[in-house]
Amino acid sequence: MNAPLRRVAIAVFVLFALLFVNLNYVQVVKGDDYRTSDLNERVRISSYERPRGLIMVEDQAIAQSVETDGRYKYQRKYPQGELYSHVTGYQSMIYSNSELEAAANEDLSGESDKLFVRRITDMITGKKSKGANVILTLDKEVQAATADALEGEKGAAIALDPKSGEILSLVSNPAYDPNPFASHTDQPQKDAWKQLNGDSVNKPLLNRALRQTYPPGSTFKVVIASALVDEGYTAETEVDAPLRYTAPQTTKHIENYNGSACGDGSVTLEYALQQSCNTVFSQLGVEKLGAEKIKEKAGEFGFGEKMKVPTDVAASETGEIPDPPAEAQSSIGQRDVRMTPLEGAMIAAAVANDGKLMTPYLVKKVESADYTTLSTTRDKTLSTPLTESGAEEVQKMMRAVVENGTGTRAQVDGAEIGGKTGTAEDGNERQDHAWFIGYAIVDGEPVAAVAVVLENAGTSSSNSAAIAGTIMKSIIEQRANR
Amino acid sequence: MGRPDRPLANNQRNTELFLLILSLVVVTGMSVAVQGSVLGEINLGALALPALLALLFFGAHVAVRFLAPYADPLLLPAVATINGLSVVFIRRLDLGRLTPDERLAAGVLGGEGSEALKQYIWATVAILGFVGLLWLVRDHRSLARFGYIALFTGLVLVMLPAVLPSSLSEINGAKLWIIIPGIGQIQPGEFAKIALLLYFARSLVDNREFLQIVGKYQTLKATPGFLFRAYAPIIGAWLVSLGVLVFEKDLGSSLLYFGLFLVMMYIATNSARWLVIGLLLFMAGAYSAFLVVSRVQLRVNIWLHPFDDPFDAGYQIVQSLLALGSGGLFGAGPGAGSPNLLSLYASTDFVIAAIGEEIGLFGLTALLMLYTLIAARGIRAGLDVRDSYGKLLAGGLAFSISLQVFVIVGGVTKLIPLTGLTTPFLSYGGSSLIANWLIIGLLIRISDAGRRPAKVKAPPLQLRDAPTEVVKL
Repeated sequence: MNAPLRRVAIAVFVLFALLFVNLNYVQVVKGDDYRTSDLNERVRISSYERPRGLIMVEDQAIAQSVETDGRYKYQRKYPQGELYSHVTGYQSMIYSNSELEAAANEDLSGESDKLFVRRITDMITGKKSKGANVILTLDKEVQAATADALEGEKGAAIALDPKSGEILSLVSNPAYDPNPFASHTDQPQKDAWKQLNGDSVNKPLLNRALRQTYPPGSTFKVVIASALVDEGYTAETEVDAPLRYTAPQTTKHIENYNGSACGDGSVTLEYALQQSCNTVFSQLGVEKLGAEKIKEKAGEFGFGEKMKVPTDVAASETGEIPDPPAEAQSSIGQRDVRMTPLEGAMIAAAVANDGKLMTPYLVKKVESADYTTLSTTRDKTLSTPLTESGAEEVQKMMRAVVENGTGTRAQVDGAEIGGKTGTAEDGNERQDHAWFIGYAIVDGEPVAAVAVVLENAGTSSSNSAAIAGTIMKSIIEQRANR
Repeated sequence: MGRPDRPLANNQRNTELFLLILSLVVVTGMSVAVQGSVLGEINLGALALPALLALLFFGAHVAVRFLAPYADPLLLPAVATINGLSVVFIRRLDLGRLTPDERLAAGVLGGEGSEALKQYIWATVAILGFVGLLWLVRDHRSLARFGYIALFTGLVLVMLPAVLPSSLSEINGAKLWIIIPGIGQIQPGEFAKIALLLYFARSLVDNREFLQIVGKYQTLKATPGFLFRAYAPIIGAWLVSLGVLVFEKDLGSSLLYFGLFLVMMYIATNSARWLVIGLLLFMAGAYSAFLVVSRVQLRVNIWLHPFDDPFDAGYQIVQSLLALGSGGLFGAGPGAGSPNLLSLYASTDFVIAAIGEEIGLFGLTALLMLYTLIAARGIRAGLDVRDSYGKLLAGGLAFSISLQVFVIVGGVTKLIPLTGLTTPFLSYGGSSLIANWLIIGLLIRISDAGRRPAKVKAPPLQLRDAPTEVVKL
């Protein structure tokens, strides 16, 4: 029986050889993939062993690492709780990091190349490397005012500095407390996750300001108006304003809000925007612009762009616009047109900033733990959707909206405010979304651009105008104090 | 020149002792590294656990010196290394569940829910069983008497969990336990493995000549009686393993029993036809099981696409791969990984992944080499021993350890679908530890018989000074 025994020995060697080969594959060939996999909690755990950088708004830490004597050395705390939840996001072992905690992770965790030299010296001197601090563009007073103004509403508001693109406030409601996610034990994280995700109506974890797109409704008329200005229109140009407009290739007609008339059938473009006449913009969208020009102008304002601020921003879209009926509907911000609140603020910002659209950003600079600046974000022009004179025309029209039209509640004493309301249909079942986008110019200087959307709030776009007014007022006050 | 009427061979017990000391050095190194990394300080406590283990292993060594003096000197040190690493590493997993303060208070083996303490107690029981076996069984051939008793015991042990109500036999969906409420649970399959092996060896020795000629004559003289006698064993073994699969939902044991039977049949008959028939039966069984038993389908799906459902169905295998991958070539270092991420089964089914993260590919390779060594020396014992029963038994025992290691290590490394088996000497668990130490006891007994020098008779005196060479061998 020795011959078969020897063969069994060979078979055993073959089995073990298979194990060796496979182990080489798993641990070496695929090793790096597994080591750095998003599913691998070890990556995250190692970041609990050294202090993570601060996220700062002015002189205030809104996310910080505190030493604990628990399972891991450091725990993340969010002293401001809900106020900045959609800005910082959370650091979680189970659900991975979100928002800035994810987008600025390299800096915060200290793994960024910017910190390479420091890491080496830390290694030599035996110090524990610390993550870099991330200083935001937000203004804490404006953020608080924005949150107050939006209190109790479901929606989002975002404010920009039109001249630089700095994001001054960002609020998405309802918010949530990120602290339970930073827990070192599973249960608080799971409880919070279950509760927040279980709320399918309010979706507190959804960042409505950056990642939810809504039909823009009439606010999109600002884009159409800008495209018309390019075609030689001015605020004073007389345009056709029928009671109803029927686009070619369809029998469905477009009416004004409530079927009301727009002036006496022939009005200025300024008046059409001021009264938000659907028939005017649909007709001009189809007959003067066409799909290509609409898409092009929207693109210049930032539609179709997948931005990072550095948090991911959902792309705003115009959709395909295949035929004249689509052109008619898209021109009043319906059909497949969708935009984020950030995009709304960008439109207002470009108009206010003499037609120059600045790239929005949230991180002002990154500092090492000993406050040496490692990097500063520079202002960047994203595009120029309007000429200076063209911007002036659109400003005139938007000013009329706030002075005499649908957006009067956005008025702020001592500032020149322009804006546009929007009531966007959200399917047939639910209530419409109430939009307002607007800007403030003080002494000829653009100081604020704001977008507010109240989800399924019905036709209360004057509420969103009032909220935007409050936010802009706060920005103007902060500016005066400085 | 020695005296010709006494055995000349060096029985290599001192080699065994030296290797045992070496294995304790490895275990101590692991213990010190774990302590340094987990507690952040190294004190004499790191030596306490290896010292406790040394007591056990040197005890086993002394027993071998007296009870099996010619036994293979490599088997015991190889097993002691793995078993020692097991206790130290399970201690490391215990500590991983504690907060830093609790760790310092936990001492050498204590702490809440200490599996290491239990594992150490099981190791003690297992080594007592090992010594008891060497003491009781002075000649392995005496075990051949227990053919049918072994069969009966084996079948009862196999079937018991299937017959018992789920509350007394099912843990995590596999019905392969006997749960004694309030006391604990045993995994009878581990012992059934040995009993069935003893029966296979006996019955195959009895029937090997008949089974060898089956191929030549069956077509000519195929009476029903002949066919039954020829095919009943393999069909019977096949049905038992299918039964284990269907009624106990235990893929691993099913594969182990049938694989073991096939290999022993092959060793006994040296005829590949039984392997071919067996593999065909296995494939038919596996395919029908795949069609009928949803658990098998699930397992195969998880095996092929673990990352499709990384948080639920694929969770364990995904975590296992992430742990192994994070270990890489050299490992995170003993105590420096995060094996506690590996679900609740880090100390049992996934112990290879858990330890693999910390000792890396190099460490795991060394560990698998030890298993290869145990298997190789086990088969060597079979080659050395002179009786067929001993050869068959040694071959089966050695192969059972290799196959078990292959099935579970292959499973957690995604080479083959994952089935729950213990990793011999390494996994936490009393049944497995005791059963595998008994297997080593048997291998040592057989290797002792094989290496024991034959009593050399002194040559007849009158030839001693004879002028011409008259004997030529």
